[in-house]
Parts: sequence; C-alpha cells; structure tokens
Amino acid sequence: MAAKQLSETDATRRHMIEAFLGGGLLASFASFIYPVLRYLIPPPVVDLGGDEIVAAQLSEMKPNSAKIFRFGSRPGLLIRNSDGTYRALSATCTHLGCTVQYRSDLRQIWCACHNGIYDLNGRNVSGPPPRPLDVFDVHSRGDEVVVSRKREA
Amino acid sequence: MAILQNELRGFSAARSLGTAGFVVLLACLGFGQTANSCLDCHAALPDPLGVTQEKFSQDIHAQKGLSCVSCHGGDPASDDPDKAMSKKSGWKGKIERKQVPQFCGSCHSDPAYMRQFNPSLRTDQLSQYPTSVHGKRLAVGDTKVAVCTDCHSVHDLRAPSDPRSTVNPVNVANTCAHCHADADYMKGYPIHTDQFAKYGTSVHHEALVVRGDLSAPTCPTCHGNHGAAPPGVDRVQNVCSNCHAFQAQMYEKSSHREAFQAASLPGCVVCHGNHDIAYPTDAKLGTGPDAVCMKCHTPGDKCDQARAGLLANLTRLDEAIKGAEQILLLAESAGMEVSEAWLRQDQARDSLTKARVTIHSFQTDLVDQDIQAGLKIAATNLQAGKEAMVERNRRRAGLGVSLIAIVMVLIGLRLYIKKIET
Amino acid sequence: MFAVLLHWFDERLNWDDLIAPLRHKTVPTHRLSYWYFLGGITLFLFGIQVATGILLLLYYRPGANEAFESVQYIMTQVRFGWLIRSIHSWSANLMIFTAFAHMFSVLFLKAYRKPRELTWVSGMLLLFLVMGFGFSGYLLPWNTLAFFATKVGTEITGQVPIIGKPMMIFLRGGEEVTGATLTRFFGFHVAVLPGIATVLLLVHLLLVQRLGMSVPPKLEAEWMANPSAKQEMKFFPNFLLREMMAWYVGLGVLGVLAAVFPWNLGVKADPFVSAPAGIKPEWYFLFMFQTLKIIPSKLWFIDGEVLGVLVFGLVGFMWILLPFLESEQPSPTKGWITGLAVFALAYVAGMSVYGHLAK
Repeated sequence: MAAKQLSETDATRRHMIEAFLGGGLLASFASFIYPVLRYLIPPPVVDLGGDEIVAAQLSEMKPNSAKIFRFGSRPGLLIRNSDGTYRALSATCTHLGCTVQYRSDLRQIWCACHNGIYDLNGRNVSGPPPRPLDVFDVHSRGDEVVVSRKREA
Repeated sequence: MAILQNELRGFSAARSLGTAGFVVLLACLGFGQTANSCLDCHAALPDPLGVTQEKFSQDIHAQKGLSCVSCHGGDPASDDPDKAMSKKSGWKGKIERKQVPQFCGSCHSDPAYMRQFNPSLRTDQLSQYPTSVHGKRLAVGDTKVAVCTDCHSVHDLRAPSDPRSTVNPVNVANTCAHCHADADYMKGYPIHTDQFAKYGTSVHHEALVVRGDLSAPTCPTCHGNHGAAPPGVDRVQNVCSNCHAFQAQMYEKSSHREAFQAASLPGCVVCHGNHDIAYPTDAKLGTGPDAVCMKCHTPGDKCDQARAGLLANLTRLDEAIKGAEQILLLAESAGMEVSEAWLRQDQARDSLTKARVTIHSFQTDLVDQDIQAGLKIAATNLQAGKEAMVERNRRRAGLGVSLIAIVMVLIGLRLYIKKIET
Repeated sequence: MFAVLLHWFDERLNWDDLIAPLRHKTVPTHRLSYWYFLGGITLFLFGIQVATGILLLLYYRPGANEAFESVQYIMTQVRFGWLIRSIHSWSANLMIFTAFAHMFSVLFLKAYRKPRELTWVSGMLLLFLVMGFGFSGYLLPWNTLAFFATKVGTEITGQVPIIGKPMMIFLRGGEEVTGATLTRFFGFHVAVLPGIATVLLLVHLLLVQRLGMSVPPKLEAEWMANPSAKQEMKFFPNFLLREMMAWYVGLGVLGVLAAVFPWNLGVKADPFVSAPAGIKPEWYFLFMFQTLKIIPSKLWFIDGEVLGVLVFGLVGFMWILLPFLESEQPSPTKGWITGLAVFALAYVAGMSVYGHLAK
C-alpha cells in the first residue's frame, strides 16, 4: 500500500522533472537556435553604404539635372552635367547645414536657406557659406553610377 | 677681445673712429644698400620724429622700392641735416594733415603711375574721400577728422590684405574706434561713441574677428571706407540686402516696408539694431525684453494676434523637432537603427530655418507653409522613433521568453540532481 | 535509443576505453569547491566567443573603410545581429573576468603545487592569450575609442628597451596605427590567437583530466590522515549537471546584458582628429595603465614609463614561474605566495577602480 503510494509520488515527481527539464531544454534551445537561423539568412539590404554607394542608374538622369542621394548618414548631390558627365558633392551647406540643390538655370549649386552659392567644384563663391562643399569621386560601373569618398592620398 | 681693448685704451680718437665706422656700417646696412642718411638720425630720435629701419621695412612703399625722399624729398646722401633737409634738395618736411589726402592721391589716383606697381589697385580713393563725412569736414577746416595716414598708418603701412594691417577687415573696426570710441575726442560731434562697444557684442564681430569668416561685415562694409558715411535711414535695407538677400526681398514686398518708410524708420535696424546685431531668436516675436513687435504694435490688435500666431507656430515646430530628436536618441542608445530618421531631421530643421527667414514677409500664410512642411517631417521622424522603441520592447519580450525557458531548465536540473542524489 | 547510437560509434571508434576513466572521475567536495566552477565557466564563455565570433565573421569586413560600416550593418540590418554582436562583446568581458578570477582562485587554493605546475603555466599563457584576444578584438569595429586605445597601448609596448620598437612596428604593421593594423589585428584575432589557444586549451584540459582536481593543502593533509573523511562526487553526471546549471545561468546573464545593455558602436575612427580627452583602455588593462600614469616621469636615471613596462614584464614572467619558486618543504616564508596573491588582487582591483574614477 505504502509502496504504491510512494511510486505514485515518484511518478508525478519524475513527470514534473521531465516537463521542466525536457520542456525547458527544448524551449531554451529554440530561443537560441531561432535567432541564429534568422541571423544566417542575409538581409534584403546588402549595401553597407560606407565609403561607396550606387547613387543612380545610368539611364535615370537627364543632362543638366541633379539628384539627392543618401551617402552614409548624410545627403549627397549627384549632378549630371550638360555634357553627360557626372559629379557628386556633399549636399550639406557649410553655412548652417541646410540641404543644397542644383540650379540648372545658373549651372551652380544653390542653398535656398540664405542664398549661398557654390560653383560646380564645390567652391563657395557667394553668400554666407564659409567653406567649400566636399567633393566625391564618381565612376560608372555597368549600369550604375557609383559615388565613393575621395581616396586617401 | 681683451687684447684689442688694451690696444685701444687711451686712444679716444681710435674709439670715436670705431664708433663712426660703426655708424657707417649701420648706414651701409640701410635698406636697399643705398645711402639713407634720413634713417641714420631718425632711427635714434624719439617719437614723433622716430622711424627705425625695422619699422620702415614693413611698409609696402619701402618694399616696392620707395624711400623717405619719395614722399618727403631732401637729399639722402648727405649727412649734414641742413643740407639733407634743405629747400634746395626738395625737402617737403612733414605733410600737413589738411594736405595729406591730396598728397597721397598725387600717386594713388594716377592710374598710369599705379599701373607700374599693381594694375588692379583702385585709384578712386581721392575722388571718394570728399563725399565722406571726413572729407566734407576736412574741407571746412576740421583737422580732427581722419585722413589717409590715420587709418592706413604711416611708415609701416601694410597692404589691406596683410592680417597685420590696420585696415585689414579683421582689424579695421579697432582702427575706426581709435577716434570713434573715444568720448573725449568726439566731444563736439553729434554722434555716439558706443558703436565699437556695441559691434563687439554682435554676431558680425563674432563671425569676422572670432571665427575669421571674412564674409562678415565690419565698419567699412556698411559705411564705405574712403567715402565713409552712414547709409541713411531710407537706404539701410539696401546695405543689409547685399548679404541678406532673401530677407530683404521679402521685406521689400511686405507691409512693413511702406510703413517704416513713411515713418522714416531705418528698415532692418528697427528690429535688429545696427551695431549690436545679436543672434536673432524666437524671443524677438515674444513679449519679453527681446521682443520687437510690441515696441510699435498695440497689445490685442490683429497684428499682435498675428505675431502670437507666428511665435506659436515656430515654437510648435521647434518642439516637434526636439521631441522627435529625444525619442530618436533614446532608440539609438538602446541599439536601434534610426539613421534614416536622423537624416530626415535635417530636413525638418531646414524648414524651421526657412520659416524664420519667411518671417520677413510678415505674411502668416507664407510662414505657415514652411511650418507645415517641417511639422510633417518631424511627425514622420517621431513615428520612426516610436516604432524603434516598439521593436526594442519586442526584443525585451523575446529576452523574457528565453529567460523563462532558462529558468525552467535550471529548476529541472536542480530537481534532477536532487533526485539522483537521494 | 541514445545507448544504441553510442554503441554503434563505439564499435567503429573503440572509444569506450577512453571514456571509461571519465565515468570514474570524481570531484572533491568541500567548503571551497564552488571555486571549481570558474574554469568551466571560462571554457563555456570561450565557446560562446567562438560561436558568436564565427557568426560575426559571416558579415564583418576587415579594412579601414568598411569595418565600422560592417559592424553597423550587423547591429542594424542583420536579423538578430545586435544580439550576436552584443553577446560577443559582453561575453568577452565576462570571460576575461572569470579567467582572472579562475587564476586567483587557483592561487588561493594553492592548486598550482606539484604535480600541477604545467597546468598553471599553460593556464597563465592562456590568460595572456585571452587579454590578447581582448586587445585585438577591441580594435575591429574601428571606432574612435578603439583606435586611440590601440594607439596608446601599442605606444606603451614600444617603450620596452631595445626590442620595444620592433615589437610595436610588428604589432601595428607599420610606424602608426592604420588600416594595416586593423588587418593584422584581425588576423591575430581570428586565426593566430585561436590556433595557439586551442592547442594550449587542449593541453590544459588534458592535464586537468589526467591529474584530477586539487584540494587545498590543509584539507589534503586531513584527508590523508583520515581517508574516510574524504568527500567527493562523481564528475559524470553529478558535477556535470551542476556545471550545466552554471552555464545556463551564464546564458541568462548574457541574454539580459545583450538585450538591456546593448554594446555601443561609437563613432568611426578618424586618424586625423586629435584623441578625445581622458582616453583610457578597457577595464582589464586599467590597472597597468593607471600604474604607468602615476609613476614619476624619471626614477634615478631610468625613464618612468620604461621602468613600469619592464616591471610589469618581469612580474608577468615571474607569475608564470610561481609554482617553481615555492619550495615543497614548509619554511618560514611558507605562506608568501598567498600573501603575494592577496597583494596582487588588492592592487589589481584597487588600481582598476582608481583608473576608472581618475580623469
């Protein structure tokens, strides 16, 4: 009688242990494996956006037009000149940080905030900007226009 | 050395020979290696007759090959003061203050002459000077006013582009202040003497003198240099508009332009001051000590209401941007990715900057456009920040789940150990 | 089912002879036996480092122009990249801490005595390797703090007389800290150090298995006199299960740290910007760094920093040889290693705190 009772509590104890241990192990492994598996799948955005970025497609821009693109954490200005070549500069005005734009009528870079003007080499030629804009390297790769930071000398 | 001294002791004649030789040596070391008896004496004389070789070598005229006689005449080869400074040798002596402009102009307003030194130098200084307040007063006999040498210095005159020049943009305000900030000197003239002190507190001073931004204005920028005169009440905004083009354009089309003109008020200066132009803040639109609107307008009238509306809008946008920034900072420090939103924050700030320029149109609907654009962007960023925080909380929930699993295992292990050891 | 699988492998690998001794391996139990866990925890954390390190390798790009961005990419774009990276950084710090604690516990429990001298030596070498892992790994995200910490750290190495400069150039891959340094440190961190560490670890573990767990001297004497007083538990499964508990606690701690205190990314390194004020190395180097700071600039005729570096080198070398310096027979200076250990612990802890609080 007593032995049967004992084995019953024994059985429940064993079940409890099995539940905790088995269930816990399974759950904990799942909570470790799941992130690792998700990690192994490459994310949709492959670009690191560090020192180089695809700013546009070759066919995208008309001559004498421009486009703002994101370069790292700052905006950049990609200009397609009238002769078809490209140039790229930082789009952050050196005066108070507004985003500049390309004026196709003036063929100059213009900041709408306080009328600052830069020439196409980024030099500040008129208005409040105290320093030129940083210039980036542009080259084409296949169908893409790639902008990269200037190589360290 | 001691031997030499021994030899010379007692030979006073030899000693004076040595001294004379020394002086000759000095004279031979004179600039351009040409004999210049002027400096021989004048280098040793006290002010105001003293001019040393060292001082004069800094002068741009000396560097271009001119010397004492070019302006003062005389005979530099002669050591005898009477001969060197004789009428026969063309000695002009010290140029009278009243004659100075004409004298300097005898070269500087002759394009043919100046071309041989610097073809792009202006030669209209002499024609501008009589139009200035200084020129006009000099013409009626007031010799207290500034002539060429007062501003440009003399005998160590440097080109204006030289950072040490008294008329270099960074230094010129100090030069003007020599007279214009001297209350005793300016007694008798109907103008203030606080301009220099006021300018020292201004943003223009901070930009030019402190930060070295040569595009910022100083005294001659607004007043002219050779034709120096105040711009005049009805033309102040023209001067400001040379740099502050947008604000001026908007002001020209605004209701305030006519009103100020009719009341003979000096445009921009009414709200911004002239010499003590401070960094403008939104408080200008308020009702506190910095407020400018209420200097004219009556509290409660429709302009006051418009003002209050403008201020409220600007504050709203500013706070929206700050609010978004706060949550983005929080999200970023929790390890969340919010770089796109940070980039858009710049755009929101652009809108605020533009709105503050549009104020000068005094049209609330125009300002509103900028404000609304900015608010939209700030709202998007706030949303992005909130979503990042939600993601962060999801991570913590995930952590919680795994912790529960871990605790279960720990309990299970504990029980199992207990079981196998009893 | 499990037993069937084991039997299948045993028929082909004949490993029952190897595993059999493990079944009989025992672990002494006494008041201080909790300290035995430290070695296992350090091993566990090392395993975590290898696993998370390999995962990070799938996305990390070494090279001055891509390293920072790739870590940023891992933290923000890769699913659970933030978790893997934060665990790697936290586990690194925890491992260095447990490695030091393990070393000090071995000192205090006098587990380095004969016949375990070689275990001590391999362990000390492993400790230096672990600090090398920390130093080389810290640079890999290529942020400002890491850049300047590496600059200062390698500069100090260059202070060693005669061989210092060549050593510094070897470490830096040049005269200055550049992208070349990053590439080199990457090579050290993922290939050179792991290779050497694996070999040393195997030696260390093998020795521990062969020699069994040491027991503090007084207790040892007691048990020798009275064998029935000896208390021990079987390694398998009893100690192992407890070890598992410790490891799971470690997992939980790592999870909390990674999720609630994610590791900072910082700002990308710019060699042309001046060093930020108050630059300090990571906490595990602080005690040495702070010592060098407070040494006067000249002591007799020797430059202060050079003296400091030499002293640390000498102490490190001596520390490896500690077991050989203590004679077996009891002597008047019997407890000198314990005293030295107390001093060392107080010094390391105190200087670390001081270094942390100092400007």
